[in-house]
Amino acid sequence: MIDLQINGEIKHVDAPDRMPLLWVLRDLLGLTGTKFGCGIAQCGACTVHLNGNAVRSCVLPIGSIGTRAITTIEGVRATPSGASVQQAWLAAEVVQCGYCQSGQIMSASALLTTTPHPTDAEIDAAMAGNICRCGTYVRIRAAIKSAAQLAAMRGTDGDRTDNV
Amino acid sequence: MIELTMSERKTPSRTNRTQISRRDFLKVGAAAGGGLFLEFAVPSAGGAKTGVSAGHEFSPNAFIRIDRKGAVTLIMPQVEMGQGIYTSIAMILAEELDVRLETVTLEAAPPNDALYRNPVLGFQVTGGSTSIRAFWMPLRRAGASARAMLVEAAAQDWKVEPAVCSTAAGAVIHATSGRRLPYGSLVDRAAQLKPPANPTLKTLADFRLVGTAARRLDTPEKVTGKALFGIDALPPGVKFATLIASPVLGGRVIRVDDATARAMPGVRQIVVLDDLVAVVADHTWAAKQGLDSLNITWDDGPNANVTTEEILEQLKAASLRTGVVAKSVGDVATALNVANRVEVTYQVPFLAHAPMEPMNCTVHVKPDGCEIWVGNQVLTRTQAIAAEITGLPKDKVIVHNHLIGGGFGRRLEVDGIAKSVRIAQKVDGPVKVTWTREEDIQKALYRPFYFDRFEVALTGAKITAWKHRVVGSSILARWAPPAFVNGVDRDAVEGAVNLPYDVPNFHVEYVRQEPPGIQTQFWRGVGPTHNVFVTESLVDELAHRAGKDPVSFRRDQLGRAPRLLACLDLVASKAGWGQVLPRRVGRGVAIQDVFGTNLATVTEVEVDEQGEVYVKRVVCAVDCGIVVNPDTVVAQIEGGMIFGLTAALHSEITLAKGRIQQSNFNNYRMMRINEAPKIEVHLIRSVEAPGGIGEPGTAAAAPALANALFAATGVRLRKLPVDRKALAAGKSA
Repeated sequence: MIDLQINGEIKHVDAPDRMPLLWVLRDLLGLTGTKFGCGIAQCGACTVHLNGNAVRSCVLPIGSIGTRAITTIEGVRATPSGASVQQAWLAAEVVQCGYCQSGQIMSASALLTTTPHPTDAEIDAAMAGNICRCGTYVRIRAAIKSAAQLAAMRGTDGDRTDNV
Repeated sequence: MIELTMSERKTPSRTNRTQISRRDFLKVGAAAGGGLFLEFAVPSAGGAKTGVSAGHEFSPNAFIRIDRKGAVTLIMPQVEMGQGIYTSIAMILAEELDVRLETVTLEAAPPNDALYRNPVLGFQVTGGSTSIRAFWMPLRRAGASARAMLVEAAAQDWKVEPAVCSTAAGAVIHATSGRRLPYGSLVDRAAQLKPPANPTLKTLADFRLVGTAARRLDTPEKVTGKALFGIDALPPGVKFATLIASPVLGGRVIRVDDATARAMPGVRQIVVLDDLVAVVADHTWAAKQGLDSLNITWDDGPNANVTTEEILEQLKAASLRTGVVAKSVGDVATALNVANRVEVTYQVPFLAHAPMEPMNCTVHVKPDGCEIWVGNQVLTRTQAIAAEITGLPKDKVIVHNHLIGGGFGRRLEVDGIAKSVRIAQKVDGPVKVTWTREEDIQKALYRPFYFDRFEVALTGAKITAWKHRVVGSSILARWAPPAFVNGVDRDAVEGAVNLPYDVPNFHVEYVRQEPPGIQTQFWRGVGPTHNVFVTESLVDELAHRAGKDPVSFRRDQLGRAPRLLACLDLVASKAGWGQVLPRRVGRGVAIQDVFGTNLATVTEVEVDEQGEVYVKRVVCAVDCGIVVNPDTVVAQIEGGMIFGLTAALHSEITLAKGRIQQSNFNNYRMMRINEAPKIEVHLIRSVEAPGGIGEPGTAAAAPALANALFAATGVRLRKLPVDRKALAAGKSA
């Protein structure tokens, strides 16, 4: 048994150390918001946070996680920039098929936590690991910038996440 | 009465008494359990052209239910796959019915060809950028009819003339007395009325919803991880499997050494079929570990030595044969007999779809039934293939359709469903079969490799003869045989036969040449994605040969195409066409009238000395007729453009020893955000019927790019994907 801290809860998981987190989330815990896309950390669909940093869960053995906090798309709303990113995503109508968007939102929210006002180059660098076949990149760039503004407003005006 | 035979909650139900409109486009009656029920027929968007839709007897394929609370439900065959159709269709209905958008719910229809068939293709299908074009008028008429009946019901109640009543936000209003009745209170009375023969439609000026950027209805749950795609199905007791099919099409399993896999924790079962092997386990990772440990001996079969080079040689040879005439005007043979004559060939490669959601299907085969969880564009084919494999009657096959994590044509096929059902037959209980990305890319069906041969004559700066021979696989002949008429695949020549220019002598032929060892299928943009690239590249060549500016050369030959001309003028102005650009920066133009939508595109690129391409900016001018949701139109152009640029810059499926050589995103490269250009989309206001929008952007991408690359480097690319070595060396390829 391995204990994993996922979205603020401790989960006891009966799985081998080498098993990637992605399949623990999806197949054992039923947290299907995190998606499988490539299995080789090339597409970013499986992105989650480990202590707030974006990581590819398809190549992350659960035995390597230890006590670090895991956040998935199901829990991202509670992170410093998660709700702002979700709200900005809807306002900009980023989403088409939606399959890659869990990973996009996880990467974007991790970016904004470390870099509250990213430049285009910083956005490209942080988001280049997330493929979108529907081609929503133009809107992702715009949504990250408006999420940055939303997050800044939240910082001064308190929490406004209820309407997400 | 036609009765639906399946589906738990989505079956339309109504009582027997129905009122039929004199014009026979609509049946109206009482819904079972109370309310108003409307049945209407939606023809295929291509129906008028082929004559299929004319004169057939009334057979409804879409249904509206308005319940006693005023909730409106539309049951329809189209599926949502990111194109925003559930929002746009709801907007059209809400507009004519005069209800708030949020009162309309769309339900995906269960599989039933009798009820939901596409009249041209003969079965239930979403594809070809047809949904809005098909639904626009029938849905408006149905909505207007229902509204008129609700008004009449209220007028009877109040004993006033219907003409003095109005509607707003789901209620009938009698302004002079201030009385107001919500639709829900009127539905039972309305169900007893005769539908109007000629319902009055709103004028464009009266639209308050159509033409606005209404919020997408399907997206909120897609940003929280709650949306369920086929791959997310988890029926109780499900096991997890992954598979490997023969690496060569037509190959067979000879022997499987599975000793290691059997000893692995979590591995439950090894399923060995004629042409594939699957490992069933407690979770997908164990299944994958088990699969990787197998030692499988294959008989590669007759396609063991197929290569792309061999396929290309066959296509080239076929291009020297006379084809079936798809369109012929004037006397092309005589007109070609001039001095300024051009003979060129173009080619485009096989392409995989690689949707972000890999192929998957969850199946539970029981002795007396079969249940399927999947996201798919052809539900009845899903049901039929499962019935055929299991020997069960179709009504014992239940299909739970899910959101689609990218279709792009791939989910118009049931090859994956067939494999999953065959695996599930060997498994006790439900099993989710998930394709690895490698399996998804390598064991698929692909956009055909096309080879095009042209002979064209220029007289001054006018094209006076145009002979185009399209050579390649016919998707329609396999996929929809009734649509493959007289040896011409209409899809393979779409965009070629409807060249927008004034060419007096014009001849297009099609030669069907099926490649060995690989199957073909639709890919976003279908025929036009290939034809707009080859024709608009050649037109650009001719402009330069005539010594004319590519925009003026096109302008002067668009006498028959005023809408397209307006797009061209707008895009040239918005893009700043004609400005002096730095060295190795160039702009290219391409225009098209396909899927009922006029589109002009200017793309700006920069090419470095190594031949690496930077797409800086794309400007589009679109006339797609009346725009239902402008934001969705813009999103589809943006996304379609990225999809087409990805293919033009990076994508090519090749074969060696009968095997697909690309396997995952490391060697089947996708455009990423750092490569994505700025995209500006300018919509032209129009009163014409709506056109399709899912695919035009994809078709525009490659020709505007290739023409820009020529402008930047002087290198003409006559095949895709972009050849960076040719760009670096300065030699046309």
